[in-house]
Amino acid sequence: MNLLELKDIRVAYGRAPVLHGISLTMAPGTIVAVIGANGAGKTTLLNAVMGVIPSSGTALYDGKPIPPSVEARVAAGLCLVPERRELFTTMSVKDNIDLGGFLRSAAERADTREEVYGRFPRLAERRKQLAGTLSGGERQMLALARALMSRPRLLLLDEPSLGLAPKIVIDILEIVSELRKTGVSILLVEQNARAALEIADHGYLVELGEVRRSGPAAELSHDPALMESYLGLVPE
Amino acid sequence: MDATIATFLIQDGLTNGAVYALLGLALVLVFSVTRVIFIPQGEFVAYGALTLALLDGGRVPATASLLICFGLLAFLVDLWTMRRGTSTAAILWSVLFNLALPAAIYAVTLGIAPLALPSLVKALLTVAIIAPMGFYVYRIAYRPLADASVLVLLIASVGVHLAMMGLGLVFFGAEGLRARPLSAGSFAVGPLLVSAQSLWIYGATIAIIVGLYLFFEKTLLGKALRATAVNRLGARLVGVPTQFTGVTAFLLAATIGAVSGVLIGPITTIYYDTGFLIGLKGFVAAIIGGLASFPVTAIAAIGVGMVESFTSFFASSFKEIIVFGLIIPVLIWLSLGAGLHEEE
Repeated sequence: MNLLELKDIRVAYGRAPVLHGISLTMAPGTIVAVIGANGAGKTTLLNAVMGVIPSSGTALYDGKPIPPSVEARVAAGLCLVPERRELFTTMSVKDNIDLGGFLRSAAERADTREEVYGRFPRLAERRKQLAGTLSGGERQMLALARALMSRPRLLLLDEPSLGLAPKIVIDILEIVSELRKTGVSILLVEQNARAALEIADHGYLVELGEVRRSGPAAELSHDPALMESYLGLVPE
Repeated sequence: MDATIATFLIQDGLTNGAVYALLGLALVLVFSVTRVIFIPQGEFVAYGALTLALLDGGRVPATASLLICFGLLAFLVDLWTMRRGTSTAAILWSVLFNLALPAAIYAVTLGIAPLALPSLVKALLTVAIIAPMGFYVYRIAYRPLADASVLVLLIASVGVHLAMMGLGLVFFGAEGLRARPLSAGSFAVGPLLVSAQSLWIYGATIAIIVGLYLFFEKTLLGKALRATAVNRLGARLVGVPTQFTGVTAFLLAATIGAVSGVLIGPITTIYYDTGFLIGLKGFVAAIIGGLASFPVTAIAAIGVGMVESFTSFFASSFKEIIVFGLIIPVLIWLSLGAGLHEEE
Protein backbone atom coordinates (compact mmCIF):
# COMPACT_ATOMS: atom_id res chain seq x y z
CA MET A 1 0.00 0.00 0.00
CA ASN A 2 1.20 3.49 -0.75
CA LEU A 3 2.03 5.80 2.13
CA LEU A 4 0.88 8.84 0.24
CA GLU A 5 -1.33 8.97 -2.80
CA LEU A 6 -2.30 12.28 -4.35
CA LYS A 7 -4.86 12.41 -7.13
CA ASP A 8 -5.64 15.54 -9.07
CA ILE A 9 -4.56 18.02 -6.38
CA ARG A 10 -5.56 21.54 -7.35
CA VAL A 11 -4.72 24.78 -5.57
CA ALA A 12 -5.60 28.32 -6.53
CA TYR A 13 -4.55 31.58 -4.90
CA GLY A 14 -7.71 33.62 -5.34
CA ARG A 15 -8.61 33.04 -8.97
CA ALA A 16 -5.10 32.26 -10.11
CA PRO A 17 -4.63 28.49 -10.36
CA VAL A 18 -1.22 27.33 -9.20
CA LEU A 19 -1.54 23.55 -9.28
CA HIS A 20 -3.55 22.12 -12.19
CA GLY A 21 -4.17 18.65 -10.86
CA ILE A 22 -1.05 16.94 -9.56
CA SER A 23 -0.98 13.19 -8.99
CA LEU A 24 1.81 11.51 -7.12
CA THR A 25 2.36 8.27 -5.22
CA MET A 26 4.90 7.39 -2.59
CA ALA A 27 5.77 3.95 -1.26
CA PRO A 28 6.69 3.69 2.44
CA GLY A 29 10.38 4.10 3.23
CA THR A 30 11.30 5.93 0.04
CA ILE A 31 12.63 9.34 -0.85
CA VAL A 32 10.67 11.07 -3.59
CA ALA A 33 12.13 14.22 -5.10
CA VAL A 34 9.96 16.88 -6.67
CA ILE A 35 12.09 19.05 -8.92
CA GLY A 36 11.36 22.01 -11.12
CA ALA A 37 12.15 25.66 -11.66
CA ASN A 38 11.10 28.61 -9.51
CA GLY A 39 7.35 29.17 -9.51
CA ALA A 40 6.56 25.64 -10.67
CA GLY A 41 4.35 25.08 -7.63
CA LYS A 42 6.61 22.80 -5.62
CA THR A 43 6.27 24.67 -2.33
CA THR A 44 2.53 25.01 -2.90
CA LEU A 45 2.31 21.24 -3.32
CA LEU A 46 4.01 20.61 0.03
CA ASN A 47 1.87 23.23 1.78
CA ALA A 48 -1.25 21.60 0.35
CA VAL A 49 -0.16 18.15 1.56
CA MET A 50 0.45 19.59 5.04
CA GLY A 51 -2.92 21.38 5.01
CA VAL A 52 -1.44 24.84 5.52
CA ILE A 53 -3.31 26.01 2.41
CA PRO A 54 -6.65 24.67 1.17
CA SER A 55 -6.66 22.37 -1.86
CA SER A 56 -9.07 20.18 -3.78
CA GLY A 57 -8.60 16.65 -5.05
CA THR A 58 -8.01 13.36 -3.26
CA ALA A 59 -5.19 12.81 -0.82
CA LEU A 60 -4.84 9.39 0.75
CA TYR A 61 -2.43 8.81 3.61
CA ASP A 62 -1.87 5.17 4.49
CA GLY A 63 -4.83 4.33 2.25
CA LYS A 64 -7.21 6.53 4.26
CA PRO A 65 -8.30 10.10 3.55
CA ILE A 66 -5.73 12.50 4.99
CA PRO A 67 -6.91 14.12 8.30
CA PRO A 68 -8.46 17.58 7.89
CA SER A 69 -6.46 19.90 10.18
CA VAL A 70 -2.75 20.62 10.39
CA GLU A 71 -2.61 19.40 14.01
CA ALA A 72 -4.32 16.13 13.11
CA ARG A 73 -1.84 15.63 10.26
CA VAL A 74 1.10 16.22 12.62
CA ALA A 75 -0.46 13.72 15.04
CA ALA A 76 -0.78 11.22 12.19
CA GLY A 77 2.95 11.50 11.44
CA LEU A 78 3.23 14.14 8.71
CA CYS A 79 5.68 16.94 9.25
CA LEU A 80 6.70 19.86 7.07
CA VAL A 81 10.07 21.59 7.24
CA PRO A 82 9.22 24.79 5.38
CA GLU A 83 11.53 26.72 3.11
CA ARG A 84 11.74 29.62 5.57
CA ARG A 85 12.33 27.18 8.50
CA GLU A 86 9.80 29.10 10.68
CA LEU A 87 11.82 28.63 13.86
CA PHE A 88 10.94 30.27 17.18
CA THR A 89 13.84 32.70 16.91
CA THR A 90 13.52 34.37 20.32
CA MET A 91 13.38 31.05 22.15
CA SER A 92 16.23 28.70 23.02
CA VAL A 93 17.32 25.79 20.84
CA LYS A 94 16.09 23.41 23.52
CA ASP A 95 12.65 25.06 23.64
CA ASN A 96 12.40 24.81 19.84
CA ILE A 97 13.25 21.13 20.01
CA ASP A 98 10.84 20.45 22.89
CA LEU A 99 8.02 22.20 21.07
CA GLY A 100 8.63 19.94 18.08
CA GLY A 101 7.29 17.15 20.28
CA PHE A 102 4.27 19.14 21.43
CA LEU A 103 1.80 16.40 20.54
CA ARG A 104 3.88 13.54 21.97
CA SER A 105 3.98 12.33 25.56
CA ALA A 106 6.68 13.57 27.94
CA ALA A 107 8.41 10.16 27.92
CA GLU A 108 8.43 9.97 24.11
CA ARG A 109 9.71 13.52 23.99
CA ALA A 110 12.62 12.74 26.32
CA ASP A 111 13.61 9.66 24.28
CA THR A 112 13.38 11.41 20.93
CA ARG A 113 15.31 14.40 22.28
CA GLU A 114 18.28 12.17 23.17
CA GLU A 115 18.15 10.65 19.69
CA VAL A 116 18.00 14.05 18.03
CA TYR A 117 20.88 15.44 20.09
CA GLY A 118 22.86 12.32 19.14
CA ARG A 119 22.20 13.03 15.49
CA PHE A 120 22.95 16.76 15.76
CA PRO A 121 25.70 17.15 18.40
CA ARG A 122 26.10 20.76 17.31
CA LEU A 123 22.61 21.54 18.56
CA ALA A 124 23.27 19.76 21.86
CA GLU A 125 26.22 22.11 22.41
CA ARG A 126 24.07 25.13 21.71
CA ARG A 127 20.89 24.08 23.48
CA LYS A 128 20.81 27.20 25.66
CA GLN A 129 21.41 29.61 22.79
CA LEU A 130 18.52 31.50 21.14
CA ALA A 131 17.52 30.00 17.81
CA GLY A 132 17.82 33.40 16.14
CA THR A 133 21.56 33.48 16.84
CA LEU A 134 22.33 30.28 14.90
CA SER A 135 24.05 30.22 11.51
CA GLY A 136 22.11 29.26 8.37
CA GLY A 137 23.27 25.64 8.40
CA GLU A 138 22.52 25.29 12.11
CA ARG A 139 19.06 26.73 11.59
CA GLN A 140 18.33 24.14 8.94
CA MET A 141 19.58 21.46 11.33
CA LEU A 142 17.35 22.85 14.07
CA ALA A 143 14.37 22.89 11.69
CA LEU A 144 15.07 19.23 10.86
CA ALA A 145 15.58 18.38 14.53
CA ARG A 146 12.32 20.07 15.51
CA ALA A 147 10.52 18.12 12.80
CA LEU A 148 12.05 14.82 13.95
CA MET A 149 10.77 15.47 17.48
CA SER A 150 7.23 14.90 16.22
CA ARG A 151 8.31 11.35 15.25
CA PRO A 152 7.21 11.74 11.64
CA ARG A 153 6.51 8.88 9.27
CA LEU A 154 6.44 11.22 6.30
CA LEU A 155 8.74 14.21 6.30
CA LEU A 156 8.03 17.00 3.81
CA LEU A 157 11.24 18.91 3.14
CA ASP A 158 11.05 22.20 1.29
CA GLU A 159 14.37 23.29 -0.24
CA PRO A 160 16.56 22.05 2.62
CA SER A 161 19.66 23.31 0.80
CA LEU A 162 18.38 26.81 0.08
CA GLY A 163 20.91 29.51 0.90
CA LEU A 164 23.48 27.12 2.36
CA ALA A 165 27.14 26.68 1.49
CA PRO A 166 27.85 23.67 -0.81
CA LYS A 167 29.67 21.82 1.96
CA ILE A 168 26.68 22.15 4.29
CA VAL A 169 24.29 21.16 1.49
CA ILE A 170 26.13 17.85 1.24
CA ASP A 171 25.91 17.38 5.04
CA ILE A 172 22.19 18.12 5.07
CA LEU A 173 21.41 15.81 2.15
CA GLU A 174 23.50 13.09 3.80
CA ILE A 175 21.42 13.44 6.94
CA VAL A 176 18.28 13.25 4.81
CA SER A 177 19.36 10.00 3.16
CA GLU A 178 20.35 8.60 6.57
CA LEU A 179 16.90 9.40 7.91
CA ARG A 180 15.37 7.07 5.37
CA LYS A 181 17.24 4.18 6.96
CA THR A 182 15.32 4.83 10.19
CA GLY A 183 12.07 4.22 8.33
CA VAL A 184 11.06 7.82 7.66
CA SER A 185 9.74 8.49 4.17
CA ILE A 186 10.69 11.80 2.65
CA LEU A 187 9.04 13.99 0.08
CA LEU A 188 11.81 16.32 -0.96
CA VAL A 189 11.38 19.53 -2.92
CA GLU A 190 14.59 20.85 -4.41
CA GLN A 191 15.81 23.25 -7.02
CA ASN A 192 19.18 21.59 -6.83
CA ALA A 193 17.93 18.78 -9.11
CA ARG A 194 21.08 16.77 -9.47
CA ALA A 195 21.76 16.58 -5.73
CA ALA A 196 18.12 15.72 -5.03
CA LEU A 197 17.93 12.95 -7.63
CA GLU A 198 21.16 11.47 -6.30
CA ILE A 199 19.60 10.59 -2.95
CA ALA A 200 16.01 10.00 -4.19
CA ASP A 201 14.39 6.76 -5.30
CA HIS A 202 11.82 8.38 -7.46
CA GLY A 203 11.51 11.77 -9.10
CA TYR A 204 8.78 14.05 -10.38
CA LEU A 205 9.44 17.00 -12.62
CA VAL A 206 6.88 19.71 -12.03
CA GLU A 207 6.45 22.66 -14.33
CA LEU A 208 3.78 25.34 -14.21
CA GLY A 209 1.66 23.38 -11.78
CA GLU A 210 1.68 20.09 -13.68
CA VAL A 211 3.74 16.91 -13.55
CA ARG A 212 5.73 16.83 -16.79
CA ARG A 213 7.67 13.70 -16.21
CA SER A 214 8.17 11.09 -13.53
CA GLY A 215 10.17 7.95 -13.04
CA PRO A 216 12.97 6.32 -11.07
CA ALA A 217 15.47 8.96 -9.99
CA ALA A 218 18.39 7.30 -11.73
CA GLU A 219 16.53 7.37 -15.04
CA LEU A 220 15.51 10.99 -14.69
CA SER A 221 18.99 12.18 -13.84
CA HIS A 222 20.33 10.47 -16.98
CA ASP A 223 17.63 11.75 -19.27
CA PRO A 224 19.57 14.27 -21.34
CA ALA A 225 16.47 15.82 -22.88
CA LEU A 226 14.97 16.49 -19.47
CA MET A 227 18.10 17.86 -17.90
CA GLU A 228 18.75 20.15 -20.82
CA SER A 229 15.34 21.40 -21.77
CA TYR A 230 13.76 21.74 -18.35
CA LEU A 231 16.65 22.45 -16.09
CA GLY A 232 19.27 23.82 -18.44
CA LEU A 233 21.82 21.31 -17.24
CA VAL A 234 23.94 18.99 -19.33
CA PRO A 235 24.52 15.64 -17.59
CA GLU A 236 28.12 14.72 -17.07
CA MET B 1 4.97 68.00 51.52
CA ASP B 2 6.58 66.12 54.36
CA ALA B 3 7.72 62.55 54.78
CA THR B 4 4.36 61.36 56.09
CA ILE B 5 2.48 62.59 53.05
CA ALA B 6 5.15 61.14 50.78
CA THR B 7 4.87 57.71 52.37
CA PHE B 8 1.10 57.83 52.00
CA LEU B 9 1.43 58.80 48.37
CA ILE B 10 3.95 56.04 47.75
CA GLN B 11 1.70 53.50 49.40
CA ASP B 12 -1.26 54.69 47.37
CA GLY B 13 0.77 54.61 44.16
CA LEU B 14 2.03 51.13 44.92
CA THR B 15 -1.49 49.81 45.54
CA ASN B 16 -2.93 51.30 42.35
CA GLY B 17 0.20 50.38 40.43
CA ALA B 18 -0.18 46.74 41.46
CA VAL B 19 -3.70 46.69 40.03
CA TYR B 20 -2.52 48.40 36.82
CA ALA B 21 0.23 45.80 36.62
CA LEU B 22 -2.37 43.03 36.55
CA LEU B 23 -4.20 44.79 33.72
CA GLY B 24 -1.01 45.48 31.82
CA LEU B 25 0.11 41.85 32.14
CA ALA B 26 -3.23 40.62 30.82
CA LEU B 27 -2.97 43.00 27.86
CA VAL B 28 0.56 41.83 27.04
CA LEU B 29 -0.53 38.21 27.42
CA VAL B 30 -3.44 38.53 25.01
CA PHE B 31 -1.55 40.67 22.51
CA SER B 32 1.52 38.50 22.33
CA VAL B 33 -0.46 35.33 21.77
CA THR B 34 -3.31 36.54 19.56
CA ARG B 35 -2.26 40.05 18.36
CA VAL B 36 -5.51 41.40 19.83
CA ILE B 37 -5.27 44.71 21.70
CA PHE B 38 -7.72 43.73 24.38
CA ILE B 39 -9.52 46.98 25.25
CA PRO B 40 -12.39 45.14 27.02
CA GLN B 41 -9.95 43.97 29.73
CA GLY B 42 -11.14 46.89 31.89
CA GLU B 43 -14.74 45.68 31.59
CA PHE B 44 -13.78 42.39 33.21
CA VAL B 45 -12.39 44.40 36.13
CA ALA B 46 -15.60 46.43 36.47
CA TYR B 47 -17.73 43.29 36.14
CA GLY B 48 -15.60 41.59 38.78
CA ALA B 49 -15.84 44.48 41.25
CA LEU B 50 -19.59 44.98 40.71
CA THR B 51 -20.26 41.25 41.00
CA LEU B 52 -18.41 41.10 44.30
CA ALA B 53 -20.26 44.17 45.59
CA LEU B 54 -23.65 42.62 44.74
CA LEU B 55 -22.65 39.33 46.34
CA ASP B 56 -21.76 41.34 49.46
CA GLY B 57 -25.34 42.55 49.55
CA GLY B 58 -26.57 38.96 49.36
CA ARG B 59 -28.02 39.56 45.91
CA VAL B 60 -27.64 37.42 42.78
CA PRO B 61 -25.29 39.43 40.55
CA ALA B 62 -26.51 40.29 37.07
CA THR B 63 -23.28 38.88 35.61
CA ALA B 64 -24.59 35.37 36.30
CA SER B 65 -27.49 35.87 33.88
CA LEU B 66 -25.16 37.78 31.55
CA LEU B 67 -22.96 34.69 31.47
CA ILE B 68 -25.94 32.65 30.25
CA CYS B 69 -26.54 35.21 27.47
CA PHE B 70 -22.88 35.00 26.43
CA GLY B 71 -23.04 31.20 26.43
CA LEU B 72 -26.18 31.24 24.32
CA LEU B 73 -24.59 33.59 21.80
CA ALA B 74 -21.45 31.45 21.64
CA PHE B 75 -23.66 28.41 21.08
CA LEU B 76 -25.39 30.13 18.15
CA VAL B 77 -22.01 31.09 16.68
CA ASP B 78 -20.91 27.46 17.03
CA LEU B 79 -24.08 26.23 15.32
CA TRP B 80 -23.47 28.68 12.49
CA THR B 81 -19.89 27.47 11.97
CA MET B 82 -21.13 23.86 12.11
CA ARG B 83 -23.87 24.41 9.51
CA ARG B 84 -21.89 22.57 6.83
CA GLY B 85 -21.76 19.23 8.56
CA THR B 86 -20.48 18.32 11.99
CA SER B 87 -20.17 15.44 14.40
CA THR B 88 -22.28 14.54 17.42
CA ALA B 89 -19.24 14.94 19.65
CA ALA B 90 -18.71 18.52 18.49
CA ILE B 91 -22.35 19.40 19.25
CA LEU B 92 -22.13 17.74 22.66
CA TRP B 93 -18.98 19.69 23.53
CA SER B 94 -20.62 22.89 22.39
CA VAL B 95 -23.74 22.23 24.52
CA LEU B 96 -21.57 21.34 27.49
CA PHE B 97 -19.34 24.43 27.31
CA ASN B 98 -21.84 27.00 26.09
CA LEU B 99 -25.09 25.98 27.77
CA ALA B 100 -24.45 23.55 30.62
CA LEU B 101 -21.45 25.36 32.13
CA PRO B 102 -23.07 28.82 32.49
CA ALA B 103 -26.31 27.20 33.69
CA ALA B 104 -24.38 25.34 36.38
CA ILE B 105 -22.56 28.49 37.49
CA TYR B 106 -25.88 30.35 37.54
CA ALA B 107 -27.50 27.63 39.64
CA VAL B 108 -24.63 27.63 42.13
CA THR B 109 -24.76 31.42 42.38
CA LEU B 110 -28.53 31.38 42.86
CA GLY B 111 -28.14 28.78 45.58
CA ILE B 112 -25.35 30.31 47.64
CA ALA B 113 -25.68 34.06 47.01
CA PRO B 114 -28.29 34.68 49.79
CA LEU B 115 -26.18 32.84 52.37
CA ALA B 116 -23.76 34.84 54.46
CA LEU B 117 -20.61 33.63 52.75
CA PRO B 118 -17.02 34.16 53.86
CA SER B 119 -15.42 36.84 51.69
CA LEU B 120 -12.91 34.45 50.11
CA VAL B 121 -15.76 32.25 48.83
CA LYS B 122 -17.49 35.30 47.38
CA ALA B 123 -14.24 36.31 45.68
CA LEU B 124 -13.80 32.84 44.19
CA LEU B 125 -17.42 32.77 43.05
CA THR B 126 -16.87 36.13 41.36
CA VAL B 127 -13.86 34.79 39.48
CA ALA B 128 -15.85 31.67 38.51
CA ILE B 129 -18.60 33.84 37.04
CA ILE B 130 -16.34 36.28 35.16
CA ALA B 131 -13.54 34.03 33.88
CA PRO B 132 -15.68 31.97 31.43
CA MET B 133 -16.74 35.25 29.80
CA GLY B 134 -13.23 35.54 28.38
CA PHE B 135 -13.77 32.20 26.66
CA TYR B 136 -17.13 33.28 25.21
CA VAL B 137 -15.86 36.69 24.10
CA TYR B 138 -13.11 34.88 22.21
CA ARG B 139 -15.54 32.43 20.61
CA ILE B 140 -18.04 35.12 19.63
CA ALA B 141 -15.89 38.06 18.57
CA TYR B 142 -12.33 36.97 17.87
CA ARG B 143 -12.22 33.38 16.69
CA PRO B 144 -13.95 34.14 13.37
CA LEU B 145 -11.26 36.82 12.83
CA ALA B 146 -8.26 34.69 13.81
CA ASP B 147 -6.32 35.53 10.65
CA ALA B 148 -7.33 39.19 10.41
CA SER B 149 -4.86 42.08 10.66
CA VAL B 150 -4.03 43.81 13.95
CA LEU B 151 -6.13 46.80 12.85
CA VAL B 152 -9.26 44.70 12.23
CA LEU B 153 -8.76 42.99 15.58
CA LEU B 154 -8.43 46.41 17.24
CA ILE B 155 -11.70 47.55 15.67
CA ALA B 156 -13.35 44.37 16.93
CA SER B 157 -11.94 45.15 20.40
CA VAL B 158 -13.49 48.61 20.37
CA GLY B 159 -16.81 46.98 19.44
CA VAL B 160 -16.55 44.39 22.20
CA HIS B 161 -15.61 47.12 24.70
CA LEU B 162 -18.63 49.27 23.79
CA ALA B 163 -20.95 46.26 23.85
CA MET B 164 -19.70 45.09 27.24
CA MET B 165 -19.91 48.59 28.70
CA GLY B 166 -23.46 48.94 27.41
CA LEU B 167 -24.38 45.56 28.87
CA GLY B 168 -22.83 46.71 32.14
CA LEU B 169 -25.14 49.73 32.20
CA VAL B 170 -28.18 47.58 31.44
CA PHE B 171 -27.37 44.90 33.99
CA PHE B 172 -25.84 46.94 36.83
CA GLY B 173 -27.45 50.34 36.37
CA ALA B 174 -25.67 53.68 36.55
CA GLU B 175 -24.99 53.87 40.27
CA GLY B 176 -21.61 52.98 41.65
CA LEU B 177 -20.97 50.16 44.11
CA ARG B 178 -18.25 49.41 46.54
CA ALA B 179 -17.46 45.92 47.77
CA ARG B 180 -16.44 44.96 51.27
CA PRO B 181 -12.72 44.25 51.74
CA LEU B 182 -11.57 40.63 51.65
CA SER B 183 -10.35 41.09 55.19
CA ALA B 184 -10.92 44.19 57.27
CA GLY B 185 -8.38 45.68 59.59
CA SER B 186 -4.96 47.16 59.14
CA PHE B 187 -1.48 47.02 60.58
CA ALA B 188 0.77 49.81 61.70
CA VAL B 189 4.22 49.59 60.15
CA GLY B 190 6.16 52.47 61.64
CA PRO B 191 4.30 55.62 60.61
CA LEU B 192 2.36 53.71 57.94
CA LEU B 193 -1.07 52.23 58.26
CA VAL B 194 -1.20 49.27 55.88
CA SER B 195 -4.70 47.95 55.25
CA ALA B 196 -5.22 44.23 54.95
CA GLN B 197 -6.81 44.80 51.55
CA SER B 198 -3.64 46.35 50.16
CA LEU B 199 -1.70 43.33 51.38
CA TRP B 200 -4.13 41.15 49.41
CA ILE B 201 -3.44 43.32 46.36
CA TYR B 202 0.35 43.04 46.67
CA GLY B 203 0.14 39.32 47.37
CA ALA B 204 -2.17 38.58 44.45
CA THR B 205 -0.13 40.67 42.03
CA ILE B 206 3.12 39.00 43.01
CA ALA B 207 1.50 35.56 42.90
CA ILE B 208 0.09 36.18 39.42
CA ILE B 209 3.41 37.53 38.11
CA VAL B 210 5.28 34.52 39.49
CA GLY B 211 2.55 32.19 38.19
CA LEU B 212 2.73 33.68 34.70
CA TYR B 213 6.52 33.46 34.75
CA LEU B 214 6.45 29.79 35.71
CA PHE B 215 3.70 29.05 33.19
CA PHE B 216 5.52 30.68 30.27
CA GLU B 217 9.04 29.57 31.14
CA LYS B 218 8.57 26.12 32.62
CA THR B 219 5.54 24.44 31.06
CA LEU B 220 5.28 23.13 27.51
CA LEU B 221 1.81 24.67 27.14
CA GLY B 222 3.17 28.08 28.16
CA LYS B 223 6.05 27.69 25.73
CA ALA B 224 3.56 26.77 23.02
CA LEU B 225 1.70 30.02 23.72
CA ARG B 226 4.94 31.98 23.41
CA ALA B 227 5.86 30.07 20.27
CA THR B 228 2.51 31.00 18.71
CA ALA B 229 3.33 34.63 19.40
CA VAL B 230 6.83 34.34 17.89
CA ASN B 231 5.88 32.36 14.80
CA ARG B 232 2.30 31.39 14.12
CA LEU B 233 3.04 29.13 11.16
CA GLY B 234 5.89 27.44 13.00
CA ALA B 235 3.57 26.73 15.92
CA ARG B 236 0.92 25.25 13.62
CA LEU B 237 3.54 23.04 11.99
CA VAL B 238 4.57 21.46 15.30
CA GLY B 239 0.90 20.73 15.99
CA VAL B 240 -0.09 23.56 18.34
CA PRO B 241 -3.78 24.24 17.65
CA THR B 242 -3.85 28.04 17.36
CA GLN B 243 -7.51 28.24 18.48
CA PHE B 244 -6.58 26.49 21.67
CA THR B 245 -3.83 28.99 22.46
CA GLY B 246 -6.31 31.83 21.80
CA VAL B 247 -8.83 30.30 24.21
CA THR B 248 -6.14 29.85 26.88
CA ALA B 249 -4.94 33.45 26.53
CA PHE B 250 -8.44 34.95 26.79
CA LEU B 251 -9.41 32.69 29.67
CA LEU B 252 -6.28 33.72 31.57
CA ALA B 253 -6.87 37.39 30.79
CA ALA B 254 -10.48 37.26 32.00
CA THR B 255 -9.38 35.46 35.17
CA ILE B 256 -6.76 38.13 35.84
CA GLY B 257 -9.42 40.78 35.11
CA ALA B 258 -11.85 39.23 37.59
CA VAL B 259 -9.12 38.99 40.24
CA SER B 260 -8.23 42.65 39.65
CA GLY B 261 -11.90 43.54 40.10
CA VAL B 262 -12.11 41.62 43.35
CA LEU B 263 -8.99 43.44 44.58
CA ILE B 264 -9.94 46.95 43.51
CA GLY B 265 -13.67 46.73 44.33
CA PRO B 266 -13.19 47.40 48.05
CA ILE B 267 -10.78 50.35 47.68
CA THR B 268 -12.73 52.54 45.28
CA THR B 269 -16.30 52.96 44.05
CA ILE B 270 -16.75 51.21 40.73
CA TYR B 271 -19.28 52.24 38.08
CA TYR B 272 -20.23 50.30 34.98
CA ASP B 273 -17.77 52.40 32.94
CA THR B 274 -14.87 52.66 35.41
CA GLY B 275 -13.14 49.71 33.81
CA PHE B 276 -12.16 51.61 30.70
CA LEU B 277 -10.09 54.22 32.55
CA ILE B 278 -8.38 51.62 34.71
CA GLY B 279 -7.77 49.54 31.60
CA LEU B 280 -6.17 52.50 29.81
CA LYS B 281 -3.72 52.96 32.66
CA GLY B 282 -2.78 49.30 32.41
CA PHE B 283 -2.44 49.90 28.68
CA VAL B 284 0.04 52.75 29.28
CA ALA B 285 2.15 50.29 31.26
CA ALA B 286 1.79 47.62 28.56
CA ILE B 287 2.90 50.12 25.89
CA ILE B 288 5.97 51.00 27.94
CA GLY B 289 6.69 47.28 27.99
CA GLY B 290 6.38 47.29 24.19
CA LEU B 291 3.33 44.98 24.46
CA ALA B 292 5.86 42.20 24.77
CA SER B 293 7.72 42.23 28.08
CA PHE B 294 6.02 41.07 31.29
CA PRO B 295 8.64 42.39 33.74
CA VAL B 296 8.93 45.82 32.09
CA THR B 297 5.13 46.09 32.05
CA ALA B 298 4.88 45.25 35.76
CA ILE B 299 7.55 47.79 36.71
CA ALA B 300 6.05 50.42 34.40
CA ALA B 301 2.63 49.86 36.00
CA ILE B 302 4.06 50.62 39.44
CA GLY B 303 5.57 53.76 37.90
CA VAL B 304 2.19 54.74 36.45
CA GLY B 305 0.60 54.29 39.88
CA MET B 306 3.31 56.42 41.51
CA VAL B 307 3.05 59.21 38.93
CA GLU B 308 -0.70 59.16 39.35
CA SER B 309 -0.64 59.42 43.14
CA PHE B 310 1.99 62.19 43.18
CA THR B 311 0.33 64.24 40.44
CA SER B 312 -3.01 63.94 42.19
CA PHE B 313 -1.34 65.63 45.14
CA PHE B 314 0.60 68.33 43.28
CA ALA B 315 -1.58 68.97 40.23
CA SER B 316 -4.77 67.03 40.69
CA SER B 317 -6.59 68.65 37.77
CA PHE B 318 -3.84 67.49 35.39
CA LYS B 319 -3.64 63.99 36.85
CA GLU B 320 -4.95 62.05 33.85
CA ILE B 321 -3.17 64.25 31.31
CA ILE B 322 0.19 63.63 32.93
CA VAL B 323 -0.41 59.88 33.29
CA PHE B 324 -1.49 59.46 29.67
CA GLY B 325 1.18 61.93 28.52
CA LEU B 326 3.75 59.36 29.72
CA ILE B 327 2.96 57.34 26.64
CA ILE B 328 4.24 59.97 24.18
CA PRO B 329 7.98 59.92 24.93
CA VAL B 330 7.81 56.14 25.14
CA LEU B 331 6.20 55.88 21.71
CA ILE B 332 8.84 58.20 20.24
CA TRP B 333 11.58 56.13 21.81
CA LEU B 334 10.05 52.84 20.62
CA SER B 335 9.58 54.21 17.09
CA LEU B 336 13.27 55.17 16.98
CA GLY B 337 14.22 51.59 17.79
CA ALA B 338 11.62 49.95 15.56
CA GLY B 339 13.64 49.99 12.32
CA LEU B 340 16.48 48.04 13.87
CA HIS B 341 14.89 44.65 14.48
CA GLU B 342 12.79 43.88 11.43
CA GLU B 343 15.28 41.55 9.87
CA GLU B 344 13.01 38.51 9.73
